[in-house]
Amino acid sequence: MSENTVMQTREASALAADRAATPAMLPPVDIFEDPAGLTLKADLPGVSKERLSVAVDQNTLTIEGEAEIPMPEGMEALYADLRSTVFRRSFTLSRELQADRIDAQIQDGVLTLKVPTREESRPRKIEIKVG
Amino acid sequence: MWGYLSGFDNDLFGQFDRMRREMDTLFGALSGSAGIRSTTIGTYPAINIGASAKQVDVYVFAPGLDPAKLDISLQQNLLCIAGQRHESLPDGVQLYRRERFNGDFRRVLTLPEDVDPEKVEASYRDGVLHLSVARREEVKPRRIEVK
Repeated sequence: MSENTVMQTREASALAADRAATPAMLPPVDIFEDPAGLTLKADLPGVSKERLSVAVDQNTLTIEGEAEIPMPEGMEALYADLRSTVFRRSFTLSRELQADRIDAQIQDGVLTLKVPTREESRPRKIEIKVG
Repeated sequence: MWGYLSGFDNDLFGQFDRMRREMDTLFGALSGSAGIRSTTIGTYPAINIGASAKQVDVYVFAPGLDPAKLDISLQQNLLCIAGQRHESLPDGVQLYRRERFNGDFRRVLTLPEDVDPEKVEASYRDGVLHLSVARREEVKPRRIEVK
């Protein structure tokens, strides 16, 4: 590992620690599976494609997004259900999922992730022979 | 090249931070007293309301909606937002989690009394419905000249 790489890693982990320290909201998710793989849907209102990060580290999938809220000058809060702009949630992936082939799409604040299952681990119908 | 990239990154994260601080200080610092029409955490859609001298801004966090099917009405200063989000699952899937809202909703909010129901602007972007309601002219603070 070159010196440069070490520095990069350190910066990245410092950044991650910094972001992990900020209060984040847990977005609600739907998760379902079919033979082709898993589908995860998450509500991330206000998060655009540019402010979304979907990362897999080891076998942990982390979704993180920042909502962009246009606010006029001198605004005062009267009422708030949401008190943060950061959404973050992590999941542990299992071995049969292809973490390197995750497909992510976001539309109208709904993130859809498709995680394909490895071909060899897809369920096979077991024929029962009647003797 | 790295210099350029990291510079760009820093700037981007700087912008995020600034934005987050703005919103968090604005909405995070509200006192513990809840509004009479407020709801529990996790309600769909979540709503934030902010007021400035010229207008009242309502943010409805309603991802995955068809804005054409939203029913928004403002009677005096009572804002009513109704709509529906029905998402059916594909056939034959194994369901593990279903936390996202599914069904009809209706929320009623009290806005400050001086809002003008005739002057409302609504936009829907990235799953956030943003309503700007103008405040009446006569109640805007005016500078008084002392002669």
